[in-house]
Amino acid sequence: MTATLDFISSVPYFAGLDGPVLKAIGRHVFERKAERGEILLFEGHPTDALYFVVAGAVKVFKTSADGKEQIFSIIRPGDSFNDVPVFSGGVNLTSAEALGPVVVNGIKKTDLEAVIREYPQLAQNVIRVLSRKVQELVSLVEDLSFRHVTGRVAKMLLEYAGDGDGERPRLTQQEMAAMIGTAREMVGRSLKSLEEEGAIRVERNRIIITDLAALRELAGVA
Amino acid sequence: MADMPIIDHDKCQQCGLCASICACGALVADEKGSVSIIEVEKCGWCTLCELVCPYGAISCPFEIVIERKPDQD
Repeated sequence: MTATLDFISSVPYFAGLDGPVLKAIGRHVFERKAERGEILLFEGHPTDALYFVVAGAVKVFKTSADGKEQIFSIIRPGDSFNDVPVFSGGVNLTSAEALGPVVVNGIKKTDLEAVIREYPQLAQNVIRVLSRKVQELVSLVEDLSFRHVTGRVAKMLLEYAGDGDGERPRLTQQEMAAMIGTAREMVGRSLKSLEEEGAIRVERNRIIITDLAALRELAGVA
Repeated sequence: MADMPIIDHDKCQQCGLCASICACGALVADEKGSVSIIEVEKCGWCTLCELVCPYGAISCPFEIVIERKPDQD
Protein backbone atom coordinates (compact mmCIF):
# COMPACT_ATOMS: atom_id res chain seq x y z
CA MET A 1 0.00 0.00 0.00
CA THR A 2 1.57 3.30 -1.09
CA ALA A 3 -1.09 5.84 -0.20
CA THR A 4 -1.54 7.06 3.34
CA LEU A 5 -4.98 6.72 4.87
CA ASP A 6 -4.85 10.39 5.82
CA PHE A 7 -4.50 11.33 2.17
CA ILE A 8 -7.15 8.89 0.96
CA SER A 9 -9.64 10.22 3.51
CA SER A 10 -8.98 13.79 2.25
CA VAL A 11 -10.01 12.85 -1.29
CA PRO A 12 -13.65 13.86 -1.93
CA TYR A 13 -14.39 10.41 -3.42
CA PHE A 14 -13.58 8.78 -0.11
CA ALA A 15 -14.80 11.45 2.33
CA GLY A 16 -16.69 10.21 5.37
CA LEU A 17 -15.77 6.54 4.91
CA ASP A 18 -14.74 4.39 7.88
CA GLY A 19 -11.15 3.35 8.56
CA PRO A 20 -11.60 -0.29 7.43
CA VAL A 21 -13.17 0.86 4.14
CA LEU A 22 -10.32 3.34 3.57
CA LYS A 23 -7.82 0.56 4.31
CA ALA A 24 -9.51 -1.69 1.76
CA ILE A 25 -9.40 1.11 -0.83
CA GLY A 26 -5.77 1.85 0.02
CA ARG A 27 -4.79 -1.66 -1.00
CA HIS A 28 -5.81 -0.85 -4.60
CA VAL A 29 -4.07 2.53 -4.77
CA PHE A 30 -0.77 2.92 -6.60
CA GLU A 31 1.65 5.83 -6.77
CA ARG A 32 3.12 7.55 -9.81
CA LYS A 33 5.65 10.40 -9.99
CA ALA A 34 6.35 12.80 -12.85
CA GLU A 35 8.52 15.81 -13.64
CA ARG A 36 7.41 19.13 -15.16
CA GLY A 37 6.20 18.64 -18.73
CA GLU A 38 5.73 14.87 -18.43
CA ILE A 39 2.46 13.60 -19.91
CA LEU A 40 0.52 11.48 -17.45
CA LEU A 41 -2.43 10.76 -19.76
CA PHE A 42 -2.85 10.99 -23.50
CA GLU A 43 -6.17 12.05 -24.99
CA GLY A 44 -7.65 9.19 -27.03
CA HIS A 45 -5.72 6.44 -25.26
CA PRO A 46 -7.67 3.69 -23.48
CA THR A 47 -8.62 4.72 -19.95
CA ASP A 48 -6.77 2.77 -17.31
CA ALA A 49 -7.34 4.53 -14.01
CA LEU A 50 -8.71 7.40 -11.95
CA TYR A 51 -5.97 9.66 -10.55
CA PHE A 52 -5.65 11.92 -7.50
CA VAL A 53 -2.97 14.57 -7.11
CA VAL A 54 -1.01 14.06 -3.89
CA ALA A 55 1.59 16.82 -4.42
CA GLY A 56 2.16 19.37 -7.17
CA ALA A 57 -0.28 20.31 -9.91
CA VAL A 58 -1.53 18.69 -13.11
CA LYS A 59 -2.84 20.43 -16.22
CA VAL A 60 -5.85 18.77 -17.89
CA PHE A 61 -6.23 19.86 -21.51
CA LYS A 62 -7.25 19.11 -25.09
CA THR A 63 -5.31 19.98 -28.22
CA SER A 64 -6.96 20.88 -31.54
CA ALA A 65 -5.81 19.54 -34.91
CA ASP A 66 -3.91 22.79 -35.52
CA GLY A 67 -2.15 22.60 -32.16
CA LYS A 68 -4.29 25.04 -30.17
CA GLU A 69 -4.55 24.07 -26.54
CA GLN A 70 -7.54 24.50 -24.25
CA ILE A 71 -6.90 23.89 -20.57
CA PHE A 72 -9.94 22.53 -18.77
CA SER A 73 -8.57 22.65 -15.27
CA ILE A 74 -5.49 22.68 -13.10
CA ILE A 75 -5.74 19.81 -10.65
CA ARG A 76 -4.34 20.47 -7.20
CA PRO A 77 -3.63 18.16 -4.24
CA GLY A 78 -6.66 16.16 -3.16
CA ASP A 79 -8.50 16.61 -6.45
CA SER A 80 -8.98 13.99 -9.15
CA PHE A 81 -8.67 13.74 -12.91
CA ASN A 82 -9.77 11.31 -15.63
CA ASP A 83 -13.06 10.86 -13.76
CA VAL A 84 -15.54 10.79 -16.64
CA PRO A 85 -14.00 8.12 -18.91
CA VAL A 86 -13.34 5.88 -15.91
CA PHE A 87 -17.08 5.70 -15.31
CA SER A 88 -18.37 6.07 -18.88
CA GLY A 89 -15.85 3.72 -20.47
CA GLY A 90 -13.90 4.34 -23.65
CA VAL A 91 -10.83 6.50 -24.04
CA ASN A 92 -9.28 9.43 -22.17
CA LEU A 93 -11.24 12.57 -23.09
CA THR A 94 -8.32 14.85 -22.25
CA SER A 95 -4.57 14.78 -21.78
CA ALA A 96 -2.88 15.46 -18.46
CA GLU A 97 0.55 17.01 -17.97
CA ALA A 98 2.64 17.64 -14.86
CA LEU A 99 3.07 21.39 -14.23
CA GLY A 100 6.05 20.68 -11.99
CA PRO A 101 7.29 17.69 -10.00
CA VAL A 102 4.12 15.82 -9.08
CA VAL A 103 3.06 12.77 -7.13
CA VAL A 104 -0.25 11.20 -8.02
CA ASN A 105 -2.16 8.24 -6.66
CA GLY A 106 -4.24 6.12 -8.99
CA ILE A 107 -6.83 3.40 -8.75
CA LYS A 108 -7.47 1.13 -11.71
CA LYS A 109 -10.88 1.30 -13.35
CA THR A 110 -11.62 -2.36 -12.57
CA ASP A 111 -10.52 -1.97 -8.94
CA LEU A 112 -12.62 1.19 -8.53
CA GLU A 113 -15.68 -0.57 -9.91
CA ALA A 114 -15.12 -3.48 -7.52
CA VAL A 115 -14.72 -1.12 -4.55
CA ILE A 116 -17.95 0.72 -5.41
CA ARG A 117 -19.81 -2.62 -5.70
CA GLU A 118 -18.46 -3.67 -2.30
CA TYR A 119 -19.04 -0.29 -0.59
CA PRO A 120 -22.13 1.31 -2.20
CA GLN A 121 -21.90 4.34 0.13
CA LEU A 122 -19.06 5.45 -2.17
CA ALA A 123 -21.56 6.01 -4.98
CA GLN A 124 -22.98 9.12 -3.29
CA ASN A 125 -19.50 10.66 -3.18
CA VAL A 126 -19.01 9.78 -6.85
CA ILE A 127 -22.22 11.62 -7.74
CA ARG A 128 -21.10 14.67 -5.74
CA VAL A 129 -17.67 14.77 -7.43
CA LEU A 130 -19.08 14.33 -10.94
CA SER A 131 -21.71 17.02 -10.27
CA ARG A 132 -18.95 19.43 -9.24
CA LYS A 133 -17.02 18.59 -12.43
CA VAL A 134 -20.13 19.40 -14.49
CA GLN A 135 -20.50 22.71 -12.62
CA GLU A 136 -16.88 23.58 -13.43
CA LEU A 137 -17.43 22.81 -17.12
CA VAL A 138 -20.63 24.92 -17.20
CA SER A 139 -18.67 27.77 -15.62
CA LEU A 140 -15.96 27.39 -18.28
CA VAL A 141 -18.53 27.46 -21.11
CA GLU A 142 -20.14 30.54 -19.52
CA ASP A 143 -16.75 32.31 -19.31
CA LEU A 144 -15.83 31.48 -22.90
CA SER A 145 -19.25 32.50 -24.19
CA PHE A 146 -20.09 35.64 -22.27
CA ARG A 147 -17.09 37.10 -20.45
CA HIS A 148 -14.65 39.46 -22.21
CA VAL A 149 -10.96 38.55 -22.15
CA THR A 150 -9.89 40.97 -19.40
CA GLY A 151 -12.76 39.68 -17.26
CA ARG A 152 -11.64 36.09 -17.90
CA VAL A 153 -8.06 36.93 -16.91
CA ALA A 154 -9.33 38.65 -13.76
CA LYS A 155 -11.47 35.62 -12.84
CA MET A 156 -8.58 33.22 -13.50
CA LEU A 157 -6.27 35.30 -11.27
CA LEU A 158 -8.87 35.16 -8.48
CA GLU A 159 -9.19 31.39 -8.84
CA TYR A 160 -5.46 30.70 -8.80
CA ALA A 161 -4.29 33.28 -6.29
CA GLY A 162 -2.50 31.99 -3.24
CA ASP A 163 -0.99 33.62 -0.20
CA GLY A 164 2.58 33.19 -1.43
CA ASP A 165 3.27 29.97 0.47
CA GLY A 166 4.32 28.27 -2.79
CA GLU A 167 1.49 25.74 -2.70
CA ARG A 168 -0.35 27.14 -5.72
CA PRO A 169 0.73 26.21 -9.25
CA ARG A 170 2.71 28.80 -11.16
CA LEU A 171 1.34 29.59 -14.60
CA THR A 172 2.98 30.83 -17.77
CA GLN A 173 1.14 33.37 -19.91
CA GLN A 174 0.66 30.60 -22.50
CA GLU A 175 -0.98 28.39 -19.88
CA MET A 176 -3.21 31.28 -18.76
CA ALA A 177 -4.22 31.85 -22.39
CA ALA A 178 -5.03 28.17 -22.86
CA MET A 179 -7.15 28.19 -19.72
CA ILE A 180 -9.32 31.09 -20.79
CA GLY A 181 -9.47 30.33 -24.52
CA THR A 182 -7.52 33.25 -25.91
CA ALA A 183 -4.13 34.10 -27.39
CA ARG A 184 -1.05 34.64 -25.23
CA GLU A 185 -0.75 38.24 -26.47
CA MET A 186 -4.26 38.96 -25.17
CA VAL A 187 -3.23 37.77 -21.70
CA GLY A 188 -0.29 40.18 -21.74
CA ARG A 189 -2.55 43.05 -22.78
CA SER A 190 -5.18 42.16 -20.19
CA LEU A 191 -2.57 42.03 -17.41
CA LYS A 192 -1.40 45.51 -18.42
CA SER A 193 -4.99 46.72 -18.45
CA LEU A 194 -5.64 45.26 -14.98
CA GLU A 195 -2.43 46.89 -13.76
CA GLU A 196 -3.57 50.26 -15.14
CA GLU A 197 -6.87 49.80 -13.32
CA GLY A 198 -4.90 49.36 -10.10
CA ALA A 199 -6.26 45.87 -9.46
CA ILE A 200 -2.90 44.08 -9.79
CA ARG A 201 0.81 44.80 -9.84
CA VAL A 202 3.29 42.69 -11.83
CA GLU A 203 6.65 42.37 -10.11
CA ARG A 204 9.02 40.24 -12.14
CA ASN A 205 7.57 36.71 -11.85
CA ARG A 206 4.82 37.64 -9.39
CA ILE A 207 1.35 38.89 -10.18
CA ILE A 208 0.20 40.61 -7.03
CA ILE A 209 -3.48 41.28 -6.49
CA THR A 210 -3.44 44.71 -4.87
CA ASP A 211 -7.17 45.48 -4.92
CA LEU A 212 -9.25 42.35 -4.47
CA ALA A 213 -12.59 44.19 -4.65
CA ALA A 214 -11.63 45.94 -7.90
CA LEU A 215 -10.44 42.66 -9.44
CA ARG A 216 -13.69 40.95 -8.45
CA GLU A 217 -15.64 43.74 -10.07
CA LEU A 218 -13.58 43.52 -13.26
CA ALA A 219 -14.09 39.74 -13.23
CA GLY A 220 -17.81 40.23 -12.90
CA VAL A 221 -18.08 38.08 -9.81
CA ALA A 222 -19.75 39.06 -6.59
CA MET B 1 18.59 33.36 -5.44
CA ALA B 2 15.91 34.83 -7.70
CA ASP B 3 13.69 32.48 -9.71
CA MET B 4 14.74 31.98 -13.30
CA PRO B 5 13.03 30.90 -16.52
CA ILE B 6 12.95 27.12 -16.78
CA ILE B 7 14.85 25.58 -19.69
CA ASP B 8 13.80 22.08 -20.74
CA HIS B 9 17.02 20.76 -22.25
CA ASP B 10 15.20 17.73 -23.69
CA LYS B 11 13.05 20.04 -25.82
CA CYS B 12 15.78 22.61 -26.58
CA GLN B 13 17.08 22.26 -30.14
CA GLN B 14 19.94 24.70 -29.44
CA CYS B 15 18.81 27.24 -32.02
CA GLY B 16 19.94 30.07 -29.74
CA LEU B 17 16.96 32.27 -30.63
CA CYS B 18 16.08 32.96 -26.99
CA ALA B 19 19.59 34.15 -26.18
CA SER B 20 19.70 36.32 -29.30
CA ILE B 21 16.57 38.24 -28.32
CA CYS B 22 17.22 38.41 -24.56
CA ALA B 23 17.19 42.15 -23.95
CA CYS B 24 18.32 41.75 -20.36
CA GLY B 25 21.53 39.89 -21.17
CA ALA B 26 20.61 37.08 -18.81
CA LEU B 27 20.69 34.30 -21.40
CA VAL B 28 23.66 33.32 -23.54
CA ALA B 29 24.21 30.60 -26.11
CA ASP B 30 27.59 28.98 -26.70
CA GLU B 31 28.94 28.34 -30.18
CA LYS B 32 26.83 25.17 -30.44
CA GLY B 33 23.67 27.09 -29.51
CA SER B 34 23.39 25.54 -26.07
CA VAL B 35 21.65 28.09 -23.86
CA SER B 36 22.56 28.94 -20.30
CA ILE B 37 21.35 31.50 -17.82
CA ILE B 38 24.46 33.33 -16.73
CA GLU B 39 23.18 36.55 -15.20
CA VAL B 40 20.34 35.64 -12.89
CA GLU B 41 19.97 39.14 -11.49
CA LYS B 42 19.69 40.65 -14.96
CA CYS B 43 16.57 38.66 -15.86
CA GLY B 44 13.57 40.99 -15.71
CA TRP B 45 11.01 38.25 -16.54
CA CYS B 46 10.00 39.95 -19.77
CA THR B 47 9.08 36.43 -21.07
CA LEU B 48 10.36 37.20 -24.58
CA CYS B 49 12.47 34.03 -24.52
CA GLU B 50 9.38 31.94 -23.80
CA LEU B 51 7.45 33.76 -26.51
CA VAL B 52 9.99 33.19 -29.30
CA CYS B 53 11.05 29.62 -28.53
CA PRO B 54 9.72 27.50 -31.41
CA TYR B 55 10.05 24.31 -29.35
CA GLY B 56 8.33 25.33 -26.12
CA ALA B 57 11.58 24.62 -24.33
CA ILE B 58 11.65 27.66 -22.09
CA SER B 59 8.95 28.77 -19.69
CA CYS B 60 8.47 31.75 -17.41
CA PRO B 61 5.76 30.85 -14.91
CA PHE B 62 4.15 33.49 -12.68
CA GLU B 63 3.16 33.12 -9.08
CA ILE B 64 -0.24 34.73 -8.37
CA VAL B 65 -0.57 36.15 -4.87
CA ILE B 66 -2.91 38.37 -2.94
CA GLU B 67 -1.14 41.33 -1.34
CA ARG B 68 -1.28 41.32 2.42
CA LYS B 69 -2.15 44.73 3.76
CA PRO B 70 -0.32 45.89 6.91
CA ASP B 71 -3.59 45.85 8.88
CA GLN B 72 -4.07 42.14 8.00
CA ASP B 73 -0.90 41.08 9.88
